[in-house]
Amino acid sequence: MLNRIKTAARSHIDNFMKYRFLLRELVNKNIKLQYRNSVLGIFWTFLQPLLTMIVLAFVFMNVFGKDSSKVVNYPVYLLCGRLLFNFYTTATKRAMTSIRRQASMIKKVYVPKYIYPLSSVLSAFVTFLISLSVLVVVILFFNLRGMDPISVTWRVVYTIVPILITLVLSLGVGMILATVSVFFKDVENLYDVFCLLLFYLTPIVYHPSRLNFVEGSMQLRILKINPLYGLVSMFRAAVIWGNEFSKNWDMVLMYYTAAFAVVTVIVGFWLFYRNQDKFILHI
Amino acid sequence: MRFNINKEGVDNAKEYFIRLVKHELHYTEFWALKDVSFKLKKGDRMGVLGFNGAGKSTLLKTIAGVLKPTQGRVHTEGIIAPMLELGAGFDSNYSGRENIFLYAATMGFSRKFIQEKYDEIVEFSEIGDFIDAPIKSYSSGMRSRLGFSIATSVKPEVLILDEVLSVGDAAFKEKSERRLESMMSDGVTVLYVSHSTGNVERICNKAIILTQGQLVANGDASDVCALYRCMVNEK
Repeated sequence: MLNRIKTAARSHIDNFMKYRFLLRELVNKNIKLQYRNSVLGIFWTFLQPLLTMIVLAFVFMNVFGKDSSKVVNYPVYLLCGRLLFNFYTTATKRAMTSIRRQASMIKKVYVPKYIYPLSSVLSAFVTFLISLSVLVVVILFFNLRGMDPISVTWRVVYTIVPILITLVLSLGVGMILATVSVFFKDVENLYDVFCLLLFYLTPIVYHPSRLNFVEGSMQLRILKINPLYGLVSMFRAAVIWGNEFSKNWDMVLMYYTAAFAVVTVIVGFWLFYRNQDKFILHI
Repeated sequence: MRFNINKEGVDNAKEYFIRLVKHELHYTEFWALKDVSFKLKKGDRMGVLGFNGAGKSTLLKTIAGVLKPTQGRVHTEGIIAPMLELGAGFDSNYSGRENIFLYAATMGFSRKFIQEKYDEIVEFSEIGDFIDAPIKSYSSGMRSRLGFSIATSVKPEVLILDEVLSVGDAAFKEKSERRLESMMSDGVTVLYVSHSTGNVERICNKAIILTQGQLVANGDASDVCALYRCMVNEK
């Protein structure tokens, strides 16, 4: 039994090693083609989140009143949440359509099929890492002008925890969605709406303390089922609240989101592997 | 290789679930290939003959790994260059240069390896200065020339050809045939689908005939081709 698992694992790893070049090429391709033919090119990776932040900050600070934004430096608060959230939605949406988009290739050449959702998620990840530079620039901007300065401490290295968990989670959700959407394309439309719901369930534009939920209340607990709640909070704790880190970093949420992500990725691969031979008959 | 043909065209989730619950999902089974077994040794060149819909392309796709057999198994060794359709791995927004690396990567080759073959590929394909233009601006001849150049330049050990010997214009056709011949003398294994017994006799040493997914003949190319010509005449 153990030997069988060993040989199976080895053949999978060998196969992955053979196609690692393809993985790299596909990640490159996704990133390169995204902004090809646009005048500003890759600069959009930087510009897009910045402009969205300005719009959202303007709307929520002026239209809905300053009250909603008093918590901290609101633009930075907003940007932290949105960057991570956007990475999740872009990665999962791209992974969801990856099998369908590559239909012509799947029908003609043999390639391990998980390469397609995996490369989609990784390309979104690279884009996300590039877009983190916006955060650096915006924080520098506020600190240099002395408006609501953010004291970034060494705790910022903890951002790696929510980032990696989000990566694993996106891969898992992406694999599930990729599998399901091959058989039922309807999922693609449904997921768009779901992402909108998720956007409001995750504290991106608001601070959870403004929701008038008592700490430990049922409503707050339900809100925390959403793993992105924990991920966004952890990310912010590491970037913004380095000084009061232990107060803001929730260990329970860390274990919960990590477990959630691992289970999702296992379910995702299991579902994908069970169905991948049938993909070609449906695309 | 079995396919389930969906008679009623259920294509949305609601319909699917309603029928699933009511046990009304009907499929017609259709075996595109059944009981087809053969062995090829290194350096063998096998022609696959058969009328339209006999399962020739399904066979090649199964061997290339694109389709997974419902029952039974396919075992291959060595680097396979499936030329089911030339330029299948291309991305039309990518330039010719970028596509060379992409296409080769689908066959499992590294960037470094292709870098060495790059000049040879471009030269053979006769694409010239257009190599940096996006593939979508290429003519179909240019696309297949580039696809052919890549697939043959990497020195594959198994070649799967689906009537692709007619690539490009007469001059290029001659050139590509010369290249295939030199690969064959180097001992490449070939699977070749064709309707032309002339081509099969010229290229192959073995041949099979498929009829409605069944293997009806397997043997020397000249014998099988003679049999196939009889079958064509009878029809």
